[in-house]
Amino acid sequence: MRQFDQELKDLRDGILAMAGLAEEMIDLTSQALSERSRAKAEQVMAMDRSLDEWELKLDRLCVDLLALRSPAAGDLRLIASSLKIVPEIERIGDHCCNIARRATYVHPPILTGGLLERMGQETRGMVRWAVDAFIGSDAGLARTVINADDSVDELYGQIYRELLRLMMSDPLCIERASHLILVIKNWERIADQATNIAEEVLFILEGRSAKHAYLQSDSTE
Amino acid sequence: MMNPGAIDMEIDDPRPVPEPTLLHASLDGAAKRVGIFSQPDLPLTDPSVLSAPTMLKVERLNLFYGEKQALDDINLQVARNSVTSFIGPSGCGKSTLLRCLNRMNDLIDDVRIQGRVMMGDTDIYAPGTDVIALRKRAGMVFQKSNPFPKSIFENVAYGLRIQGQGDRVVLEEAVERSLKGAGLWEEVKDRLKDSAQGLSGGQQQRLCIARALAVRPEIILMDEPCSALDPIATARVEELILELKREFTIVIVTHNMQQAARVSDHTAFFWMGKLIETGLTEKLFTNPGHRMTEDYITGRFG
Repeated sequence: MRQFDQELKDLRDGILAMAGLAEEMIDLTSQALSERSRAKAEQVMAMDRSLDEWELKLDRLCVDLLALRSPAAGDLRLIASSLKIVPEIERIGDHCCNIARRATYVHPPILTGGLLERMGQETRGMVRWAVDAFIGSDAGLARTVINADDSVDELYGQIYRELLRLMMSDPLCIERASHLILVIKNWERIADQATNIAEEVLFILEGRSAKHAYLQSDSTE
Repeated sequence: MMNPGAIDMEIDDPRPVPEPTLLHASLDGAAKRVGIFSQPDLPLTDPSVLSAPTMLKVERLNLFYGEKQALDDINLQVARNSVTSFIGPSGCGKSTLLRCLNRMNDLIDDVRIQGRVMMGDTDIYAPGTDVIALRKRAGMVFQKSNPFPKSIFENVAYGLRIQGQGDRVVLEEAVERSLKGAGLWEEVKDRLKDSAQGLSGGQQQRLCIARALAVRPEIILMDEPCSALDPIATARVEELILELKREFTIVIVTHNMQQAARVSDHTAFFWMGKLIETGLTEKLFTNPGHRMTEDYITGRFG
């Protein structure tokens, strides 16, 4: 394998390692939340350091590749998008920490119907699909992620309204509900991060930005 | 991202929300690019490009060196006041095609050419074409700078002198204009009588560009003009190319893909005598339409 191809493989492998860590953090965060586990919450926060280290390492690798290899075409798109995907994954870790930090403050539960768990699962699914789309160069799966974001947004709105209703009817649950509002906001942001990653996967695969469709009138097409 | 009500709960996100930025300036710049290059069978042509004024039009061009076919059914257009790069591996036909554009291949024995090359309204391969007048319209700059063993002044004035121009005032005006056009005037204005061969490599190449400019061409054909220059001299020639395109149409053959990316509006990729892909340079270097182009520009060819 050429040195440059090895470096591109290192970049992809690094992103996969980061994504694997982020997925693990999401799982632990869900568990910390449902089990009221301080230990798991602390584990999540300890893992965040690894993501930060990966971010620095991959940022440096991308800049080196741009400076030293003058990449073009698909290589250029991979590197340019990696510079955007890496911070998205790092932010997923930050949002997990934000949720995990509140794991012990949201009990006993005030929400019924499994809505909170469903939101966590759907968000988790979007992240997994976005990573799978990157690994498998799967444009269809990337589009599935982008379309799935609406469902998480709807859940967010639904839970948010329910929490407002609960706070108005029972002032004793205001503290827990306030923490839960921040929990769902962070889940919703993680889903946005998955969407952004999926958009970058589409750019890598198709060479066209999938962002802000309403602004797109690509003069190079 | 969404906001379910009047309250925006971004409390946990420490990063400031960025202000939207206006991109009009850069978008406008991209939209104003007008060069052209198109192959009718390929779906890569930018429609806006087809409406720009055409300087050169190559139609079904085939070229044979004896039995060997060096160009295979080339169709393309070059727009006025644009820079077009020809790229491809050695022997792909890019220099051969460049030399077809001012009939330099006529000087080679055993060459057979079919097809048509239109320069404006002129079919340059039509019988009775004045080849000298044609080469005046399409000047050429070569890989290795080739100043004549004469003074700087006489090198630039040479083309006009052989056209019969003997008026000293006219010649002086043309030499100054051309040296200024080639970005060399300030460096040589006090030593115009010195031998051109005392100039540095980069200066010699810009002198050759000045010599081409002196006869007021419409097109400048450049065959790897920077391959013998250091990075500083190369940067000066590249800057010059970008200035010259305001007045001239430029076609450049280069092995340096970064150079093609830096200076040209359009790029054409050739392989084994065939035009594989043409298009806007930024499109070809970020998202080429053909696998072979991708392999070539990413260094995975062959």
